[in-house]
Amino acid sequence: MKSGRPHAPLTPWVFLAPYLAGFTLFFAWPLVRSLVLATEQTYGPKVTVYVGLLNFRSILGDPMFWTAVGNTALFTACSLLVQVPVALGLALLLNRPDIRGRRFFRLAFFSPSIVGLAFVAIIFGLLLEKRTGLVNTSLHTLLPAWDPDFPWRENYVMISLVGSTLWLSAGFYMVYFLAALQNVPRELLDAASIDGAGSWQRFRHVTLPEIRPVLNIIVLLVITGSFQLFELPYVLYNDTYGSGPENRALTVVTYLYRTGFHSGDLGYASAIGWVLTLFLVGFALVHRHLTRREET
Amino acid sequence: MSARPSANPLDRLGRLLLYAILGSLAILTLLPFIWMACAAVKTEAAFFTSQFLPRGDGWLGIAWEDLTLRQFRRLFTEFPIGRALLHSVFFASVCSLGATLFCAAGGYALAKFRFRGRGLITTAILGTVVLPSSLLLGPGFEMLYHLGLVDTYAGVILPAITPAFGLYLFRQAMLNSVPSDILESARIDGAGELRIFFQIVLPIVRPMISAYLIIAFIGTWNNFITPQIILQSPERHPLAVAIFNLRGLYGSEYSLIMAGTLVAIAPVMVLFLLLQKEFISGLTSGAVKG
Repeated sequence: MKSGRPHAPLTPWVFLAPYLAGFTLFFAWPLVRSLVLATEQTYGPKVTVYVGLLNFRSILGDPMFWTAVGNTALFTACSLLVQVPVALGLALLLNRPDIRGRRFFRLAFFSPSIVGLAFVAIIFGLLLEKRTGLVNTSLHTLLPAWDPDFPWRENYVMISLVGSTLWLSAGFYMVYFLAALQNVPRELLDAASIDGAGSWQRFRHVTLPEIRPVLNIIVLLVITGSFQLFELPYVLYNDTYGSGPENRALTVVTYLYRTGFHSGDLGYASAIGWVLTLFLVGFALVHRHLTRREET
Repeated sequence: MSARPSANPLDRLGRLLLYAILGSLAILTLLPFIWMACAAVKTEAAFFTSQFLPRGDGWLGIAWEDLTLRQFRRLFTEFPIGRALLHSVFFASVCSLGATLFCAAGGYALAKFRFRGRGLITTAILGTVVLPSSLLLGPGFEMLYHLGLVDTYAGVILPAITPAFGLYLFRQAMLNSVPSDILESARIDGAGELRIFFQIVLPIVRPMISAYLIIAFIGTWNNFITPQIILQSPERHPLAVAIFNLRGLYGSEYSLIMAGTLVAIAPVMVLFLLLQKEFISGLTSGAVKG
């Protein structure tokens, strides 16, 4: 490292100051505030009572919160099991050599990722509608026995949420897998072929280890992203403020939003936010532990 | 470069199967868009009697007389969708330009200068990437309330121009592609610091700038909950909030809702089609190189 660069000592601060000012005002300070708020109970913007750790104790015994955690965990598990294999499968199909129109297919699969969650919820709300929605009308055309009044959105909450998320994000993760697959050295695969490895064995022993780092990142992204599911059920089940029939669409963040902005208790909402943070940090730590062990 | 004997009929069958699978999956993926576009141009009556375009005796077997642009006309005359469209363009442009400038400058400072507190600041900012954004919904709103920024344009824009992820991307780009020697010789030649930043540093990281601009533009365009919380007056709403409210009030008018959603997603779709290379390379550069 060279030393004594001829720049004034204040120069870096001039470049950093605008960012730092905004970050402090709208990120760092609210973050500190949320710690304080978590120990308070609020009734609207004016009345605040210090309650210590009561909010956290209430959360532990709050059945609605645990319903939300259960739904969110189920959604996260389903997303992981569906999104990752589909995204990887699409990437593997597109990564085959001498495929024509790869750019078109990549574009087609990726295009839903451009659509915002609120719009996805509106589109799927109509797609899953009884009698008029495309899902029911198509199934009824293909299988005349299919009931066109099949209540997807009303009774099959998890399938609706997982299905619309799959449409939205399979192509998004596919792009990452495709980038990783294109970095797998051709010679390794050819050498494996010469040694008589079949396509499954080549995938299992050559491709998979090579794309493992990207796979690991995507697993973590899907877990932390799914655990913060909010806008999709909030818009899809807006008739019940995002909780869905019998609270079956209620997620942790929806519950946070409801307590903070509908019931006006920003204190309890902040406490929920910190419990959510603990969950996410926990996932990241477990993930790191598992992937570390894998690498050694 | 292995020239395979591809005349093998089994091989050709396999390729045919592969294209059939890819083709059906692509159609399945695009079907919601096609359905939405068809629903938007059909009359309300035709919506209930046909899946896609209504069948009839017209050209291509389509009942053209049942197609109409009436819903789009209504959106821009009876409803304030034109205004919401302008607001979306406004918010997305200002937020993406602001975030790019602030993050590029901040990332430059953290990557290319040595000063006291740099390590601490870098760790503090990048550490917040793991925090859930919902944690700040309440306290962030409280801050805007104290600053008198609730229901103002500034209330939407200011919190959006200092994303930690953007800083991370630009710091990374500066570290990877801006050589320190160039900066030093420019200083020896007497170039001012601002000139070095705008005329030497920014051109070097231009690929990251265009990628981040479009990512931030589409991200702001699609953001629903922030403007929903901050903006109470309907005359300031962007499309995401306006379409949500439209559905709340006219939820049974399917054609109208689909036309509105189409208007809301078409602009970013076109933008993405034009700039897809920058967009996708920007996305993957963040994670794969990391």
